[in-house]
Amino acid sequence: MKRIAQALSAIALIGTIGPPVLFFADRLDLGTAQQWMLAATVLWFVTAPIWMEHKTT
Amino acid sequence: MAGADQRDPVQEYEREPVPERALLGLKSYVGQFAGEHVAGTEIMIGPLFLAAGVSAFDFIGGLLVGNLLAVLSWTFFTAPIATRARLTMYYQLEKICGRKLVSAYNFVNGTMFTVLAGAMITVSATAWGVFFKFSMPELTDTLPTSVGWVVAVLVTGVLFSVVAAYGYKFVARFANFAAPWLVLMFLAFGIIGLREMGLTRLGDFWHVASNEIWKGGEPLAGRVKFTFWHVVFFAWFCNMAWHIGMADLSILRFAKKPWYALSSAAGMYLGHFMAWIAASILYAVQLKHDPSNTAVLPGPLAYRACGLAGLLCVVIAGWTTANPTLYRAGLAFQSLHPAWSRFKVTLVIGLIASLTAIFPIVTMRLLDFVALWGMILMPMGAVIFVDFWVLPRLGLRSNFAEATGRSINWAAGAAWLASIAVGTWLVLRGGVQIYFVSLPCWFVTVLVYIGLSAIIQGRWFRTQTSPELNK
Repeated sequence: MKRIAQALSAIALIGTIGPPVLFFADRLDLGTAQQWMLAATVLWFVTAPIWMEHKTT
Repeated sequence: MAGADQRDPVQEYEREPVPERALLGLKSYVGQFAGEHVAGTEIMIGPLFLAAGVSAFDFIGGLLVGNLLAVLSWTFFTAPIATRARLTMYYQLEKICGRKLVSAYNFVNGTMFTVLAGAMITVSATAWGVFFKFSMPELTDTLPTSVGWVVAVLVTGVLFSVVAAYGYKFVARFANFAAPWLVLMFLAFGIIGLREMGLTRLGDFWHVASNEIWKGGEPLAGRVKFTFWHVVFFAWFCNMAWHIGMADLSILRFAKKPWYALSSAAGMYLGHFMAWIAASILYAVQLKHDPSNTAVLPGPLAYRACGLAGLLCVVIAGWTTANPTLYRAGLAFQSLHPAWSRFKVTLVIGLIASLTAIFPIVTMRLLDFVALWGMILMPMGAVIFVDFWVLPRLGLRSNFAEATGRSINWAAGAAWLASIAVGTWLVLRGGVQIYFVSLPCWFVTVLVYIGLSAIIQGRWFRTQTSPELNK
């Protein structure tokens, strides 16, 4: 479960920064890029709490 | 700009040195600094540089140098004392200055944290304006501009306050999860903004940066013109209360090695370099589309670039940094009266912060406020620095209040007041801008503290017969 969540989180981070890069390279229009970013954001906040530790100093 | 740290290590080993078993490695600090300095207020600060008419070279060069100076300040001012004494800033200050003076410091610190939390509430409240078409503050506004704005701020502030009072730990945990995503969102702002500004090849970056984004020239109405030196000093001093002001003694006392403070570079170059540049580009995009729209409103700025994800970034960045800031303000005020409930104190502080957030003057003048914060709180860091390194070499006693049982060490108190008085005079009468004034004030504090310590300690020791205290 933890491994799957980590993999999905990695995809989420790629999905956050990938669309802006594709928009920069004229491979994606801005509206579509924004939709992908929103989907990636949801995926991140669903999966990250499953595996990220809360370290206290 | 930093919120308070999100993990509240101050609550551990409050009145004793951190033991060996509790020391932390480098990795903890990289994450902590990076999370702490990518805050909601970065979206506000970046555009204000552009409003100040800064040029590309002055902005980017100034940020590189200024942030380096900040990292070096953490490394060579704060960390060496933190890793030797391993005490919280408050306890170290109490030993030097006495309990009453620390209470005064806490009051001022709590007040500044409250106002900063208000700025973070303002930042998040601008997100409402995307969906509800009420009038939001312009760059030059000092008073609320509409009933809708007041309602948006109050709703946001009350929500933040209740959550901070009830669920500090939940939000702190959420902030940890959000940190990597927030960093990438700021990067996304920059990438999308650059494309919107006409950049198609990375090789043309400097051309676009200097001719389209940070063109230099006159600042917007009512703004001070920013040069290279303004940017250097702002970047260096915006966290002055933390490094030269020594507030981060409380954090770095857990570091195994003093050089771990170099990890502050993660916070500086992600938050105070990349994020400021990205936010500044978003503002340039807005001005390109409508030169008359000079309002600095993080919600609409982020929404235009990244849609709903951008809006979420503004709300989450503001929320996750307002939360520990309100908590820290609550702790500072609660220390004045330990019997008060932390819950109630945090709630009241949150409501006060919400009221200050209604007035956009602080947020629209955030650069000045941050510089003022440094000027007011820095002197106590200078006192700690001198007390730790200089006084023993002059044959004077460190931790004088503790040694003599005094509730106020007037050498420290007078040095603090003298520094603020000189700084205020220099700004109001001396023609020195507030961004630079903390540098001469540091020397004023050092000289006054050494001089008065020599006088007060000399007089006191002459009246004592105890051989122990004359060691």
